[in-house]
Amino acid sequence: MKFALFLGCNIPARLTQYEGSARAVLGELGVGLEEIKAFNCCGYPVRNIDFRSFLLSSARNLALAEKENLNVISLCKCCYGSLKKAEHLMREDVSWREEINRMLEKEGLSYRGDTQVKHLLSVLFHDVGVEAIKGKITRSFNGLQIAAQYGCHVLRPSKVVEFDDPVAPSIFDQLVELTGAQSVDWPMRLECCGAPLWGINDELSMDLTQKKLVAGKESGADLVCTACAYCQIQFDTVQKIIHSSRGTNHHLPAILYPQLLGLCMGIDRESLGLAQHQLPVGDLEDFFARKDS
Amino acid sequence: MFFTMSLYIALAVFLLGLAYKVSTWFRYSLGDARGISTSARFSAAIKGIILTLFSGRVLTLLKVFSLDVLLQRKVLQEDFLRWFMHMCLYGGFMLLLLMHALDKFITAPLFPDYSATINPFLFLRDLFGALVIIGIAVAVYRRHILKVPRLSTHFMDRYALIILAIIMISGFLLEGSKIVSHTRYQEMVEDYADEDTEKWLKALEAYWVKEFGVVSPEVKGPFDDEILELGKEAHETSCAACHSKPQWAFLGYGTARVIKPVALSLDRVSLPTILWYIHFLACWLGLAYLPFSKMFHIFASPLSLLANSVMDKSESDPANIATRQIMELDACTHCCTCTLNCSAGVFYEYFRNINILPSEKLISIKALAAGRALSEAELRHILEGVYLCTNCKRCTVLCPVGINLQDLWFNVRETLLQKGHPELLTLSPLSFYRGLMKDDVGRDKYGDPLDLARGAIQAICGFMKGDDKVLPLTPSDKGFKSGLNLSAQANTYSVCFGCETCTTVCPVVANYENPEEALGLLPHQIMHSCGLGLKNFALGSKMLWDCLTCYQCQEQCPQGVCITDVLYELKNEAVELARGRP
Repeated sequence: MKFALFLGCNIPARLTQYEGSARAVLGELGVGLEEIKAFNCCGYPVRNIDFRSFLLSSARNLALAEKENLNVISLCKCCYGSLKKAEHLMREDVSWREEINRMLEKEGLSYRGDTQVKHLLSVLFHDVGVEAIKGKITRSFNGLQIAAQYGCHVLRPSKVVEFDDPVAPSIFDQLVELTGAQSVDWPMRLECCGAPLWGINDELSMDLTQKKLVAGKESGADLVCTACAYCQIQFDTVQKIIHSSRGTNHHLPAILYPQLLGLCMGIDRESLGLAQHQLPVGDLEDFFARKDS
Repeated sequence: MFFTMSLYIALAVFLLGLAYKVSTWFRYSLGDARGISTSARFSAAIKGIILTLFSGRVLTLLKVFSLDVLLQRKVLQEDFLRWFMHMCLYGGFMLLLLMHALDKFITAPLFPDYSATINPFLFLRDLFGALVIIGIAVAVYRRHILKVPRLSTHFMDRYALIILAIIMISGFLLEGSKIVSHTRYQEMVEDYADEDTEKWLKALEAYWVKEFGVVSPEVKGPFDDEILELGKEAHETSCAACHSKPQWAFLGYGTARVIKPVALSLDRVSLPTILWYIHFLACWLGLAYLPFSKMFHIFASPLSLLANSVMDKSESDPANIATRQIMELDACTHCCTCTLNCSAGVFYEYFRNINILPSEKLISIKALAAGRALSEAELRHILEGVYLCTNCKRCTVLCPVGINLQDLWFNVRETLLQKGHPELLTLSPLSFYRGLMKDDVGRDKYGDPLDLARGAIQAICGFMKGDDKVLPLTPSDKGFKSGLNLSAQANTYSVCFGCETCTTVCPVVANYENPEEALGLLPHQIMHSCGLGLKNFALGSKMLWDCLTCYQCQEQCPQGVCITDVLYELKNEAVELARGRP
């Protein structure tokens, strides 16, 4: 099983722990990752401004992966949503397909629609499979309460992104529970993290993030678990900014899913980049040591 | 005389140029550094250099100097061919400079028996020269034959290759023409021959015609063995101490073989002298123009690599950061590694703004730093280019000369944003990084560009401003309605039956007690406006820019209206209108 790893722009610059932990976990599970150096931005940040640039940018990545005969694994959900949108449009809309392929032609590229895009979580759940992951888990959390952050752009629009049931998704909860942690049922779990407006309307962005943090905490979560570059930065870096600018403290640090899983697979904390968070997730060793009460 | 005079002139221009260029490092500035005086920056630099040299960081400097400056590790990691090319150019040229051009000062003192025409020097000179020529060939191939998208080549890139090529080619032609030159041969004989009997001289000339490629008007082969034997003896007494076989100078000898049939005519028109003038004058030109050309990078690039290895934005003196940032502009070799790897480079294809491409952006920033008067249109062009950056840091990580491009973009972006031109790109997730860097922006100035951009959009949508305007519902704007066609989903607004589910599930709407006041039209109202063709209404709603694109509305619409996609398209349209290019 081999994928072209699509990191996007945030992970290499601001969230290297996501790449490190995902590589460590996928490596243990026998998922091969190829690097395509020529990958560019998924196009998400310019979609507000220029749809064509968004689509060309996204489709170029698909074309590059297709040239290597690889499917794409995306770690970021906004990248995933963009790539899926491009995949969908290039398949469904003849005029766009022709226009974009004409642009790609200049670099000797084209996209026929053979490459599929998958998110890390779907690769883990569907391609690797729950049983295979269980086989690699050497120790389980006990009593750890996790608020799983689904992320908008893997769930919706469901016809395009095809990740899970958009109203009652369960993939992420099941993956979280593989680690022995409990995935709490929190009312805001399908809502946006607020990141898309960070930098545009910070007050609104913080309001939305804060609502989620409060809801997660009230549902008893110890940590919020993410599998998206934007969600993670929002719940980590921006949460810290919220604490300082609004004088609050939600005590709900964020952890990336491959970090959570990696700890249970016995991967060392350094490879998982657990020290790189803005808000420390603390020493989760306690949860391994706890006996059933 | 002319040689020495012209050399001193070239050297003087070079030194003045060098001093001038270095002074710009302390005089020019971008952004915040405008308040720091030149003298303060100069003394901060001296202090910083001294403190670094007497600290443990000197080890870092040594490491960077050997790996990144001498061995150019970063270029190697990027692309073997380019590394090979640059090593050929720079290795070959530096060695030629040290061994050949500065032979009086370096090679001769080091090797008492040194002579340019004796091995190993004879061979090495051609070897080093051949390296440079291979490097030039690869560079030409890369820039002009290999069609790399978005790799641009400017006058400076061509100049650098042309001046090197002139120096090298004139050198080999000179060497070749000297090998065959009978005039040169005779000059040498006059200076160094130990005997002057005719037989002896004839024999020597015969030997040189046969073995050393001299083309003589009178003495022509085939020769008797006896004469050659005598000639060899004569050669060994008078010439061998300074002359190895010319075949070792493989390029010069090759040239000599080619020009052999016309050698006498060439000698008659003093070709060696002409070539000698071309050769050294090209060298002087290269030297004098060096500080003003791309070749200045041979000084600035190592400094940039070294400075960046020991400097840190959070710890270093802001005066030094400012100086370094200007120096980095000179360090750029326009190799285009940044552009070829830029995450946002592909946006150039539709935006057609050259300033999106990092290597070109840097050139515009040079003009900005030098304080050149740029028109408002040019400034906005640069700002758009600097804003169309995803801040992925690839350019900075990969830059072979270690320029901290991400910091440079950030600095220029903020400077230009504060000039008061609305940049609509601020209303996109490209602003995410800016939000994270809020403290570096300065909280007082942070919100202004966003307000300005929102204002620019409001300004084109007059309806939103009046309170009690009567709306003309006919004729409806058919062009607007049919214009929403970027994706097939967008025209689905027409089936909206006004159930308000979209507005009800919107987390942004839910965040406000009085959403109409905060957001203008709400999602269902925007859909309705689209249906009625009320362009100004649909485009002017603040809701567009506060949309999270979380797709809750679209997912839950019972009629299958692709609300989020419609909002995306409206945003595109509003931006185009506000930019004045509908």
